[in-house]
Amino acid sequence: MSILVLAIFIPFLAAAIIPFLYKYLKNIHVGWFAILVPTGLFIYLASLIPAISNGEVIVQTMNWIPSYGINITAYLDGLSLTLALLISGVGALVILYSIYYLSSKEPIGTFYTYLMLFMGAMLGVVMSDNMLVLYVFWELTSISSFLLIAFWYQRKRSREGAKKSLIITVSGGISMLVGFIMVGSMSNTWSIREVIANVATISDHALYTPAMLLVLLGAFTKSAQFPFHIWLPDAMEAPTPVSAYLHSATMVKAGIYLVARFTPVFGGEAVWFWAVTGVGIFTLFWGSFNAVRQTDLKALLAYSTISQLGMIMSMFGMGSAALYLGYSTESVVYTGATFAALFHLVNHSTFKGALFMVVGVVDHSVGTRDIRRLGGLITLMPVTFTIATIGSMSMAGLPPFNGFLSKEMFFVSTLEITEAGFFGLGAWGIAIPVIAWAASVFTFVYATVFVVKTFLGPYKEEKLEHPAHEPNPGMLISPIILGMLVIAFFFIPNVVGENLIAPAMNGIFPTFAAEGAELGMHIHAWHGFKPELFMTIGVVLFGVLLFVTKKYWSGLYNLFPEKWSINTFYGFVLDQMEDKSTVITNKYMTRYLRDYMVYIFAFFILAIGGIFIFTEAYYFTLPENAPVSNFEWLVILSMMIAGITILFAKSRLTAIVLNSILGFGISILFVLFRAPDLALTQTIIEAVTTVLFLVAYYFLPELDKEDTTKKTKSVNLFISIGVGVVFTVVALGVQGNKAFGTISTFFENSYELAGGKNMVNAILGDFRAFDTMMEVVVLLIAGIGVYTMIRVKTKKESDQIEDK
Amino acid sequence: METLVTILAGVLVTVATYLLLSKSLIRVIIGTAILTHAAHLVIMAVAGLKTGTVPIVGEGDPVDPLPQALILTSIVIGFAVTAVSLVLAYRTYQEIGTDKLDKLRGNPDE
Repeated sequence: MSILVLAIFIPFLAAAIIPFLYKYLKNIHVGWFAILVPTGLFIYLASLIPAISNGEVIVQTMNWIPSYGINITAYLDGLSLTLALLISGVGALVILYSIYYLSSKEPIGTFYTYLMLFMGAMLGVVMSDNMLVLYVFWELTSISSFLLIAFWYQRKRSREGAKKSLIITVSGGISMLVGFIMVGSMSNTWSIREVIANVATISDHALYTPAMLLVLLGAFTKSAQFPFHIWLPDAMEAPTPVSAYLHSATMVKAGIYLVARFTPVFGGEAVWFWAVTGVGIFTLFWGSFNAVRQTDLKALLAYSTISQLGMIMSMFGMGSAALYLGYSTESVVYTGATFAALFHLVNHSTFKGALFMVVGVVDHSVGTRDIRRLGGLITLMPVTFTIATIGSMSMAGLPPFNGFLSKEMFFVSTLEITEAGFFGLGAWGIAIPVIAWAASVFTFVYATVFVVKTFLGPYKEEKLEHPAHEPNPGMLISPIILGMLVIAFFFIPNVVGENLIAPAMNGIFPTFAAEGAELGMHIHAWHGFKPELFMTIGVVLFGVLLFVTKKYWSGLYNLFPEKWSINTFYGFVLDQMEDKSTVITNKYMTRYLRDYMVYIFAFFILAIGGIFIFTEAYYFTLPENAPVSNFEWLVILSMMIAGITILFAKSRLTAIVLNSILGFGISILFVLFRAPDLALTQTIIEAVTTVLFLVAYYFLPELDKEDTTKKTKSVNLFISIGVGVVFTVVALGVQGNKAFGTISTFFENSYELAGGKNMVNAILGDFRAFDTMMEVVVLLIAGIGVYTMIRVKTKKESDQIEDK
Repeated sequence: METLVTILAGVLVTVATYLLLSKSLIRVIIGTAILTHAAHLVIMAVAGLKTGTVPIVGEGDPVDPLPQALILTSIVIGFAVTAVSLVLAYRTYQEIGTDKLDKLRGNPDE
């Protein structure tokens, strides 16, 4: 196994070990062990940066199911490395933070197990080259996210939030799988690299557009794009480190990663452009618009995350326009949007991670996140305030923070795309910068709300659970590091741009890279007095204006009442599905054995009989018959009569005597059929069975007259005759149409092969000895079952307790 | 002979099916036992009947030994099934006080 593949599996290994560490090392917070994993991975991945920035890619394969072409191929290019560094880097910081956030009294063993599970799965997503392997890891991130959201499973809201996120992301995941299978069947490979290399051969295929839309559905659900964004606010029930890690920095970026990864496959199509850009830009607006109305700090950040994800998404959409044009000096301009998207992806993880951690600190300190109760914390928590300000201003797109750079680049991209004359952009293109600008104004407003309502204004201690104080310094380390990165990226953005993003661009635009295009950009803070600068100034002016006049226009939100939201619709659909399926299920699940038997037999008659009629298999010749002697006639006829008479037996004794007649009749037939072993066994077993029945009768009630209605009886009779007829016809048909000769001649050598002259014995004791052994095991199990059911009595008292 | 035995098996299947559809647990159990008999007969018939001597080396041209081995296994398993179902019926009657399947519908709240 190669090191890169191993890197994916180390977190899984850690997930297996942590429960034991937690159990046996009580004195040390298990987080200190967990933190070693992402730190080690980060250092290892960082050591690969020089190679990747030189344009190399690392591919290592471990065979998994080679016969189906499914192998775990770890593929590391600039895009994968950027995300892998985020996963391990933010992961380490989040674990450090969580060590102080979660007390040892909580079940932190499971917490870190889930977190490691997630980390491994997420690394698997960004490093897998095989689509099916990617899908497996993708769903694993959904599952670990589910487990982490429901970490405080005692709370109803946690469970509901977890369920919602799972339903939405897994549904999207399954549609993505279908899309992958379509792509795989079009291109005859599961490898994304090979699909990209042969993209020209599939772009005219009928499944091309359906596959694109299905893959996008997976990406949109995962990255909480409108209208699937509703799971993200509810996912905020998770512990804050989880929100910071999964639901802002990494997992929700998986959808964006997918869009970036598949841009070379699907990009350049109008459908892709409008789906990604349109959904992204609307999500950007809707998220920021709704963030302003939130009163819970985490909910505010959740909507903010939705909005920022939409922004990144839309930039990837705009960047894909370059692929439509093909490589030229004009088209390279549009790749700037993709560059900005990748840069903002990194920036967002830094400032949003810091902000989530700040909310966690505030919550931990004063016991509430409600902005109506908070205020005036600036003097009591100055460090926290500073980080919050840095993060918020970066989020609002102000200098000197990294968010300013990517926001400006975003504005530039939106303006450039309006000048493109294709995809119907001439008519509709102008909407893109307008919506983007309006959304940015709201972003400014909620960023201001975040800082002002929490840290400024009057301090209301009577409304807080605890008096405000700075937390344990350890809890501040991670947000401080992230805050410093926010500033550092402003001053040295090109370190990131040249080493990570430029190589990532080569992966997204492989055709451009092949033509020798220079896809990297040099990021400048100062462009001169260009439109984008005026847009930012406008954002600030209007933002301040809207913030000051918020109470006059907040009535606008009443136009979007809770009653008509997508969230309510989701709940309604879920409830209805549950109710309706309960009604339908109760209709046929009658809990009465007879009804279930009727379903089975009716299906048997229809399916088997139907196939017989459909394929005209009933034209068969009767088998060559052995002659029937008078004695045989007598035996068989008396068996038939005995069998039919059982149906009319009034007492159970009659029934069992008639059953014995059948059994012993079969013994006689076995003798006639040259089967001495069978005859012996059947005689013994029949005798024991009869005794068993008689013993059981001692404890069981006498047969009652069946008080079933005439109608039920005739249905039963009809079904019985139907089953009997189909059975007989099939059995006769099989005998009349023997396709193959017998294999039994093999066993005629039983003396040479198995040392036994009795062939039946040789088969049972030698040729199929395993089978016989298992049969004995079945008998043993049956014996144990009989014994326990007779001997072991349930205590009546315990029954009553269970009933309560 | 084969046709006759197959028809006998068909009659037994009809009887067994009817018994399986009844309310009384004992009838259902007898039904399963009869179904086993029918299966054995049909396996025998499919292989051909009375085509040779007993399947013992040195006795001449034997009949097909394979179905016999299969049936031997099945007889024993069938016995185990009957035993377990009888004990199940016994415990059910003891615990719940009825052997009528239409009354054994469990707790409606479940």
